[in-house]
Amino acid sequence: MNRESLRIVIVGHVDHGKSTLIGRLFYDTGSLPPEKMREIERISEDLGHDTELAFLMDHLQEERDQGITIDTAQTFFKTATRDYVIIDAPGHRQFLKNMITGASQAEAALLVVDAEEGVREQTRRHAYLLSLLGLRQLVVAVNKMDTVEFSESRFREVTEELAAFLSGIASASTYMVPISARRGDNVARRSQDLPWYEGPTILEALDRFQPVEPQLRPFRFPVQGIYPRDGTEIVAGRVESGMVRSGDELLVLPSGVRTTVTGVHEFLATPTVLEPGQSGGITVSIAKPARGDMLVALENPPTARTSIPATVFWMSRQPLSLTEPLTFRCTTQEVPCRVARIRRRLDSSTLTVIDEDADTLADTEVAELELETGRPVVVEEHAFLPELGRFVLERGYDVVAGGIVTSLPA
Amino acid sequence: MDRLSAQESKSIYIIREAYARFPKLAILWSIGKDSTTMLWMCRKAFYGEIPFPVIHIDTGYKFPEMYEFRDRYAKEWGLNLIIGRNEEAIAGGMGPTVGTKLTCCTELKTNALKQLLAGMDLQAIILGIRRDEHGIRAKERYFSPRDEQFQWDYKNQPPELWDQYKSTSEDGTHLRIHPLLHMTELEIWEYVQRERIPISPLYFARNGKRFRSLGCVPCCAPVDSTAATVDDIVTELRTTKVAERSGRAQDKEDAYTMQKLRALGYM
Repeated sequence: MNRESLRIVIVGHVDHGKSTLIGRLFYDTGSLPPEKMREIERISEDLGHDTELAFLMDHLQEERDQGITIDTAQTFFKTATRDYVIIDAPGHRQFLKNMITGASQAEAALLVVDAEEGVREQTRRHAYLLSLLGLRQLVVAVNKMDTVEFSESRFREVTEELAAFLSGIASASTYMVPISARRGDNVARRSQDLPWYEGPTILEALDRFQPVEPQLRPFRFPVQGIYPRDGTEIVAGRVESGMVRSGDELLVLPSGVRTTVTGVHEFLATPTVLEPGQSGGITVSIAKPARGDMLVALENPPTARTSIPATVFWMSRQPLSLTEPLTFRCTTQEVPCRVARIRRRLDSSTLTVIDEDADTLADTEVAELELETGRPVVVEEHAFLPELGRFVLERGYDVVAGGIVTSLPA
Repeated sequence: MDRLSAQESKSIYIIREAYARFPKLAILWSIGKDSTTMLWMCRKAFYGEIPFPVIHIDTGYKFPEMYEFRDRYAKEWGLNLIIGRNEEAIAGGMGPTVGTKLTCCTELKTNALKQLLAGMDLQAIILGIRRDEHGIRAKERYFSPRDEQFQWDYKNQPPELWDQYKSTSEDGTHLRIHPLLHMTELEIWEYVQRERIPISPLYFARNGKRFRSLGCVPCCAPVDSTAATVDDIVTELRTTKVAERSGRAQDKEDAYTMQKLRALGYM
């Protein structure tokens, strides 16, 4: 039995109740082993609290003592429909890289907003980053409705304020749900105190989302390595889109050499095809590909290029200085690069333009810019093929930024 | 692609990335179900020939069945098996009743691994930990740096976006690589079932008891169970409310023992 599973990231401003909501989801779906519940009760008591469901995810001693989430964590629960992987993300500005780490692994998102406090700095920043990362399935949980007397007008105010920041992400699969995570209202069970709300509960909304499937676009196969076995050289990698069979003709990029697939390989099996998303291996004629090359279908092949328009979010305390040497990493490609031009520099929370034609970029800021790579690379627009349209930038040994490829010139 | 295949594909991708990025790489095999499953995936990733050494950290307190299993499959799968023991601590009589469990695990596991890594000059080691095993492991990255003292800086972990993992490590540091992080205990068993992976007999119920998680004899208790086959275990895990590591003594000593152990470099 192969149950479906969906990965959801929970984001929002600090203290708006993300960890409590996760605790509630677990508790109300019976996903919390009694032993785990006893441990949480015992630790809460030791710290002089009421039972704190947030401790399910906030497992570090520092997190529990200070009542905050420092790092992202992942855990699992099930409903009748499917299994869920819950990715908790911290709400403090200084832990933004941990929030992005969590969000980059998700297929859907749950944005938590405190009904009383309303939309705050990280609420807006997280909403914007979710849209930038390409997450299109979203539930907004307006939490702590019990502290605003379950007021419908307050709920409307909060959701309207947020709407402006969700323009890039809002779609048919956006739900706005009034809840109280602490009491359990509209999380797994419908609340008696919110009779004016007729939409789905949090769980019902989540169950309507779809897993993100690997793409059936043209064949794209970034090479991970070459393994000599039994006199042949197996070209190993993961199919990022499309399929491949023995006999298919391919292009090796960036060289542009044409080749033919002579076999599809799997240990202890004889497959005839590699599917989208599959880690596998093929053998090819003539060409000798290397790690970092990309094997692609002949129809509409991408162009290997050195100039890349992108939107980048900076995640290092040390700001970017224009033209400093960085490394560009996308799939298995890894090449030296520089930022050639920063067209617009934005505050990721207010989306106001800080600078045009900027020469620096600071922690948590976003920029529309132009990258110049030292060797040709193969990328696609993020909207067309996310797997080839997202990248990281490294300074020395450290990832300092993430980015997505915007519109490519033909 | 079905869910198990997708999970396997992700693990194999990570194993291959580790091999491409770190020429001086090894894998840790505890002889338990997870690391045995991971070895199986390595065999699939590299078409039957695992191109790096396989390390077993032997505390001297393991079950006889585990040593038998290790030696049989090391031979059958042609593994380059290296056994690491903290001989000095073992000769000095270190055990779970000598000091605390924290000291014993640190001496016989973490320090045995430290000694071995120093001698082998490794840049990275692959470990079979999973997020659903323990709240502390739920915070881990796929590629997780450790400093010269093996310390895990859990308050300042590097960002890890999509499938881009931490780069080369600096001198003296090493990376822990966790290809099974996203798999659950149930998925491991479903995968064992699908692939027919050989697994230590200690996991299968005898006289109403079986081991859910394997470690050292003195610190490992079996749970009540009648699951005598892989199929039975899969069925059992779909409904159980008992935590996987409920039989592991080192998790119980204090709420943060696992955090302390891991901060010091424990697996």
